[in-house]
Amino acid sequence: MAHFLISRFFQTASVIVLMSFVCYMLLGLMPGDPIDLLISADPRLSSEDAARIKAIYGLDQPLLLRYSNWLLSAMQGDFGFSRLYGKPVLVVLWPAMKNTLLLMGLAFLTSLAIAIPAGILAARRIHSLTDYSINMICFAGISVPPFWLALMLILLFSVILGWLPANAIPLGDIGFVERAKGLVLPVLTLAMVSIGGVTRYVRASVHESMQQDYIRTAFAKGLTDSQVIRKHALRNSMIPVITIISLDAGTFFSGALITEFMFGYPGMGKLLFDAVLGNDYNLALIGLLMATCVTLIANLLADIAYAALDPRISYRAGMR
Amino acid sequence: MNQLSTVFRCLVGHRLAMISAAILIVLIVFTLCAPLFEMMLDTKMSAIDLFARFAPFSDEHPLGTDELGRDLLVRLAYGGRISLLVGFTAAILSAAIGTGIGLVAGYRGGWIDSFLMRATDSMIALPLLPLLIVLAVIDLEKLGFSPEIAQHSDIGLYKIIAIVSLVGWTGVARLVRGSVLSLREQPYVQAATAMGVRGMRIVLVHILPGLTSTIIVATTLSVGNIILFESILSFLGLGINPPTPSWGNMLTNAQELIWDAPTLAFFPGLLIFLTVISFNFLGDGLQDALAPKSRNR
Repeated sequence: MAHFLISRFFQTASVIVLMSFVCYMLLGLMPGDPIDLLISADPRLSSEDAARIKAIYGLDQPLLLRYSNWLLSAMQGDFGFSRLYGKPVLVVLWPAMKNTLLLMGLAFLTSLAIAIPAGILAARRIHSLTDYSINMICFAGISVPPFWLALMLILLFSVILGWLPANAIPLGDIGFVERAKGLVLPVLTLAMVSIGGVTRYVRASVHESMQQDYIRTAFAKGLTDSQVIRKHALRNSMIPVITIISLDAGTFFSGALITEFMFGYPGMGKLLFDAVLGNDYNLALIGLLMATCVTLIANLLADIAYAALDPRISYRAGMR
Repeated sequence: MNQLSTVFRCLVGHRLAMISAAILIVLIVFTLCAPLFEMMLDTKMSAIDLFARFAPFSDEHPLGTDELGRDLLVRLAYGGRISLLVGFTAAILSAAIGTGIGLVAGYRGGWIDSFLMRATDSMIALPLLPLLIVLAVIDLEKLGFSPEIAQHSDIGLYKIIAIVSLVGWTGVARLVRGSVLSLREQPYVQAATAMGVRGMRIVLVHILPGLTSTIIVATTLSVGNIILFESILSFLGLGINPPTPSWGNMLTNAQELIWDAPTLAFFPGLLIFLTVISFNFLGDGLQDALAPKSRNR
């Protein structure tokens, strides 16, 4: 187990470092040059000034050296300043990160609250009309373009019915109720995007564990349907579901980006989008890496949870 | 022939897949008819008519007009051409990449296999949309392309095909690798090895033909996702550039206009949704018909 944890940890860390390199290279290919931008904004700066500024930031050095310098200072917690906001990157990122985690957390709970009962229902009546209807809805959820879903929800609940605001955080000082109302549509959008997949996993997993011998035993000793499902089937069938859901964390984050964009929600995704389009290298780089870290750590935690929940799994002979 | 008819019967039995195939054919015919609509309605795709902005449904404009007075039906048909073209091309490209990676991983095995599959898994786990956004804004001149190429008006189309192909191959790679692992152990492949056939020839002549159904299923299943990614990027203004319409970029302005012209937001998205869900159902049906062993029903 300890060996498994250590190797898994190093694997995650190496993917993160690799990603940081790829992102660093990619962001270097974005149009425009920060120093050119600075000079075009201030006519008093001469080309000697430009050379001096480049030397200050180390931009006259070769790419690999710049990257290793960046990595060294990043490891010491110095992520640089954001160009758009004029503040240290972490100061800008932190509130956005909290907002995104709130959005993703609420959407995740909502989707579980719907997907688990729906999946169990479909698995219990497999190949029935109920099952097929649930399957249809799942496919619809997987196939709907998230931004269009958001548009349609805005159209229905804001334009036609007028119940909910089309913007996540309306301006001005607002109370809890207003804030909560603003969160309903974003959370619903993001939850809808993931519900289809989760329901299908739950259905397949519950269906599989219902075939096991111990379930037959449970029925044989006279337990009712709901007792068998709650006490015997569900616990085992949730283990693979946890893993598969956590593997979808990246997709979930992508969905959060679109949702935040659609509702003007001040989260990581929107910040990242603005940073990339606004040539804010430091912010974009750290934002990308944070998003990667969040998803990879979710995967890592799921692997550990998997190990903790299912004692049958041995980690001696390499996982997966 | 016998196998073909079995496959066909399975597909016909899968009602949803048949309906999906019919919807896809209708959609393709619809986009092919774009010039016909122009003729019948006596308008052009890019004909701006500021006196007829946000026109309601009428004989002249069956689905009304957009914020520049352009006919929505004609633009939907032309936009569909772009969206489907990007979807098909990128799906075929990413299927080629995925097949290559899956073949190498499955046939060579060992550390090459575990390295390639770890890479594939990491790729699946990553938050792809932020990466795609960065890829979409990359300056081609900094990659060494000449300014004429980098500023060419069609470059957006090629760029988006390349970008979504780069991330769309993972599903194909996994499924192909799985099939190669089992085909490799088949007696006829071992017989070929025993007769002294060399690696490359075994892969191309003996294993690849056996992968046809896996590749078809995996590609069909990936088209939906690829079209979704294209529409998201075009919607964000990073894919197909206006005035060339695509279903994604037709929605870009729809959000601000949703109070004035809700139909502008409705139809392009509906067509994306129909296309993607049809491909997903078709892929699901094909999987039942062509590769029944690969599912656990």
